[in-house]
Amino acid sequence: MNMRLFWRTTVPPGVGRAALRDIALVCLADAIVGISFGATAVSGGLRPWVPVAMSLLVFAGGAQFAAVGVVIAGGSPVAAVAAGLILNTRMLPYGFAVADVTEGRWWTRLAGAHVTVDESVAFALRQDDPSRRRGVFWACGLALFAVWNVAVVAGVAAGAAIRNTGAFGLDATFPAVLLALALPSLADRGTRRAAAAGAAAAVAMTPFVPAGLPVLASLGGLAFAGPRGRTFAGPRGRWRIWPRLAGPVTPTAPSGTTARSGTTARSGTTAPSGTTEDRAGSVAEGREH
Amino acid sequence: MPLLAIMALAAGTYAFRLAGPLLRQRVRMPEGAQRLFAMAAAVLLIALAATSALTQGHGFAGWARPAGVGVAGLLAARRAPFPVVVIAAAATTAMLRLCGVP
Repeated sequence: MNMRLFWRTTVPPGVGRAALRDIALVCLADAIVGISFGATAVSGGLRPWVPVAMSLLVFAGGAQFAAVGVVIAGGSPVAAVAAGLILNTRMLPYGFAVADVTEGRWWTRLAGAHVTVDESVAFALRQDDPSRRRGVFWACGLALFAVWNVAVVAGVAAGAAIRNTGAFGLDATFPAVLLALALPSLADRGTRRAAAAGAAAAVAMTPFVPAGLPVLASLGGLAFAGPRGRTFAGPRGRWRIWPRLAGPVTPTAPSGTTARSGTTARSGTTAPSGTTEDRAGSVAEGREH
Repeated sequence: MPLLAIMALAAGTYAFRLAGPLLRQRVRMPEGAQRLFAMAAAVLLIALAATSALTQGHGFAGWARPAGVGVAGLLAARRAPFPVVVIAAAATTAMLRLCGVP
């Protein structure tokens, strides 16, 4: 199939082609994760309907993996639900951040709430124009819902067919995805300290405490976050979920130095001679994958 | 995993998602709480990544899995596309296991 023609003819109004390409990439990645989720769940001994029902009803990859991981490791369902729910508390600020996108009829609100996931929120927050925000949010959310559920069913089938999923390294995909998701927020020093302390504590206590507890206990790492850092207001005073990569871009700084110091965590694609607007934009863009 | 647990997780998650759109007119999320939520989510994600990369049950998972996750982390830090990150993790781990690394 001619993908270029496909994009040109099916681009929804208000969604750029570049955004659609990014959404397609994210869908592809999540399809792989979904397959690995379905396969991991059934090869861990869960009934096939469990991952499928979770994907339809919960529709939050991290929480699904967490809950299933706790159960497979021998933890109680209560610990599994607790881990999943705490992980999903981030949906609360997400909901506030994209509330304007789902405004309208009551059923668009209800449906919009269900497709509020990391990816759709990240795409929406990257757009400042309201119709674009709406377009990318719905395009990403609905596409991911479809792709995710189909992929999980495929994974369940694959997991049931393949006895040894470990040989394909599927168990490494889940931590890899979590790491990639969390990486942008680690640019904030306080968050980095809290995450390092929390992760170290969680790994250290895993041999000794019931499954599911170490991840919950990692929240104690928040005590190591140190003094309150800078909070950021995006366009129109809107709060951004992930802290910005670096400090504010000062217009008075000599050309080049600002870009350099502001993009140390990135591969340095910012043109040294770019305008302040450009730099601010590219720094902001660098936050999401 | 019982259906009741799945329903509880689904209901709680949906409530978190719906609260913002429903309450936005009346409640403003305090900035401190927003920052704390964002930080807590990052801490949980990293802790979950670390424990699921390094441990299996109550013991060490072997070197193949953390090596795959490490490669993925490096690629992600270098802003590689998401599918590349995921496939690199699986491929590295699968290769190491093929070579006999547990």
